[in-house]
Amino acid sequence: MRRSKLPEWFVLLLPAFIILAAVVLIPLVLSFYSSFTAYRLTRPDSINNWIGFRNYVRLFEDAGFWWAFGRTVFLLTIALNLEMLLGLGLALLVNKVTWGQRGLRTIMMFPMMFSPVLVGFQFKFIFNDNIGLMNNALQSLGLTDQAIPWLVDGGLAMFSIIFAEVWMSTSVFAILILAGLFAVPQDPLEAAKVDGCTPWQTFRHITLPFIMPFIYIALAIRSLDVARAYDIVKIMTNGGPANRTELIWTQLARTGYVDAKMGLANAMGYISIFLAIFFTVYFFRKLNASRQILGMAD
Amino acid sequence: MANVKLKNVVKNYGSLEVVHGINLDVDHNEFVVFVGPSGCGKSTTLRMIAGLEKISGGEISIGDRVVNELPPRARNISMVFQNYALYPHMTVRENLGFTLRIAKKPQSEIDQAVAEASAILSLDPYLDRRPGELSGGQRQRVAMGRAIVRHPDIFLFDEPLSNLDAKLRAQMRVEIKKLHQKVQTTIIYVTHDQVEAMTLADRIVIMRDGYIEQQGTPLEVFEKPVNTFVATFIGSPPMNLLHGRADNSGKNITLDDGVNVAMPSRLAGKYADKDIIFGFRADNIMPVGHTLPQGDESVEIDMTVTLTEPLGAETLLFGEIGGTQVQAKMLNPRIVKPGEKLTFQIDLEKCHVFDAQSEMVLD
Ligand SMILES: Nc1ncnc2c1ncn2[C@@H]1O[C@H](COP(=O)(O)OP(=O)(O)OP(=O)(O)O)[C@@H](O)[C@H]1O
Ligand SMILES: [Mg+2]
Repeated sequence: MRRSKLPEWFVLLLPAFIILAAVVLIPLVLSFYSSFTAYRLTRPDSINNWIGFRNYVRLFEDAGFWWAFGRTVFLLTIALNLEMLLGLGLALLVNKVTWGQRGLRTIMMFPMMFSPVLVGFQFKFIFNDNIGLMNNALQSLGLTDQAIPWLVDGGLAMFSIIFAEVWMSTSVFAILILAGLFAVPQDPLEAAKVDGCTPWQTFRHITLPFIMPFIYIALAIRSLDVARAYDIVKIMTNGGPANRTELIWTQLARTGYVDAKMGLANAMGYISIFLAIFFTVYFFRKLNASRQILGMAD
Repeated sequence: MANVKLKNVVKNYGSLEVVHGINLDVDHNEFVVFVGPSGCGKSTTLRMIAGLEKISGGEISIGDRVVNELPPRARNISMVFQNYALYPHMTVRENLGFTLRIAKKPQSEIDQAVAEASAILSLDPYLDRRPGELSGGQRQRVAMGRAIVRHPDIFLFDEPLSNLDAKLRAQMRVEIKKLHQKVQTTIIYVTHDQVEAMTLADRIVIMRDGYIEQQGTPLEVFEKPVNTFVATFIGSPPMNLLHGRADNSGKNITLDDGVNVAMPSRLAGKYADKDIIFGFRADNIMPVGHTLPQGDESVEIDMTVTLTEPLGAETLLFGEIGGTQVQAKMLNPRIVKPGEKLTFQIDLEKCHVFDAQSEMVLD
């Protein structure tokens, strides 16, 4: 048998190259290319119809798209901040528990185990204005006597979605922050107590800097998650009422699969990627800075 | 005024009692050193005084105020921890100034206090570094500086010099002593190094297994150990202890291998027919001709040298009496070969006799 002339390292890496190309590179190139065409799913040959930057120009002039973009950023900001605060509180509480902590930690992760689609259905039911749990509870408690249209009112719908998001993912923060709390060295905490710190000051000046890296990791993970939020919204409101909960990805899916304008949808995708990249880079910068402060970075 | 009083202080971890009812009075401005083997409860006691460890029983007061329930921040103490416990995310400057910053002191005052502490401990070149960028000795000094800056009523030191090399340790020992003279504060200092204890302390508190065995000035505990534990723990090399029996007149002691020595005259006749332990330090057993001027009372004893340790001005000689290793000193040393048999003189006035059962001193 004739030996191949290819260098050994190349042969060894070839499977990896092939898989990478098939799984990542080709779809990437293809979708990027198609964002410069008038590609419609219903007319496959339209992928050859090169229109340059027209899709992008259209999107830049499309107020609806920018509203969706803005709403995504809004959802991201509110949901992440709430999740962080609640997760931090939860982690601090669980960290104080000495008996049955393992069990608690497992229970804490339950919401993460559900499929987002199911969470969507669950909250769609809870917030239903006629038969929903929320209205029933509020009315039985006598807090209100009307049915509140949680998913139908423009402002409340967004609130309901944020509520579902927070319910599902606060534990991501709680788990990561708890891991951070476990890693806080005890000595500086004791030194701080002797140095005159109240429990709050100890938390603020010693504990917090130590768990900041963990918070930033959670933020980075969750910002990617929320930036591509789709399933919960699709189930609960499907972007309604009157587009008031339309996010980038619900609009993108509508454009691509309902209106079949895949070229335009791909252009949207590439713009939204910048959002994800922006947040990821931002949080990773923060993460590195906070690690640097602790002397953990090289 | 910041004296410290411990009344019957007990500490248990679960069902395990590690400190068993300690009583101690530390006067204002006194330098007290806790010394004892590893695990004897020194750190635990210190941490109870600091308020970092809840006490399980008894009472601790600082300056006549019972502090049992007070958190550390209300006790106005400073503590230097066994492993520095610096704030890794703050520069040396911030570490030093942290306690004042927490106390909301004006920046100018913080700067001045930091500059003072830094000057005392020669930390100026490192002020803008983080603890991770310092050597062990430098960290130790920062920890010390952090304690000084606070101007506490009481300094608590937990083996602050254990991680330094011998030279730096000697140097820091002097610094601590100077510091005590300068700041005039009560100091409670933990160490397991008896040299540190002897050189620093106004009073030494010797602990074992959660009990205080003896307390007193360095000379007292050196010259009048109350039991064999203190006798071997304080002083280097440790005191030689030989088992023996006082005869029925109480004037002679027969050591285990049949060697006879006289009972020191201050004890003669007091303890007849009794199993005893006969103790003497290396400084009090020297080869004839290489001794200090002897007191009136001494005995001579033959011993084969098995090992020598020349120290320069003197040589340590190792031998055996009745199967027990004995260390002796030789002044103006000459070369001694292992196996050489020498006649030694034991200074009886400086000898100690302990009860073989209770190991307590007989006097
Ligand atoms: N958190 C704890 N739980 C259970 N036992 C403990 C705990 N902390 C200390 N101990 C025990 O208490 C005893 C005293 O410990 P301590 O730290 O006071 O010793 P130490 O005298 O400071 O020793 P060292 O010289 O090694 O520092 C030890 O036997 C130790 O095992
Ligand atoms: Mg200790």
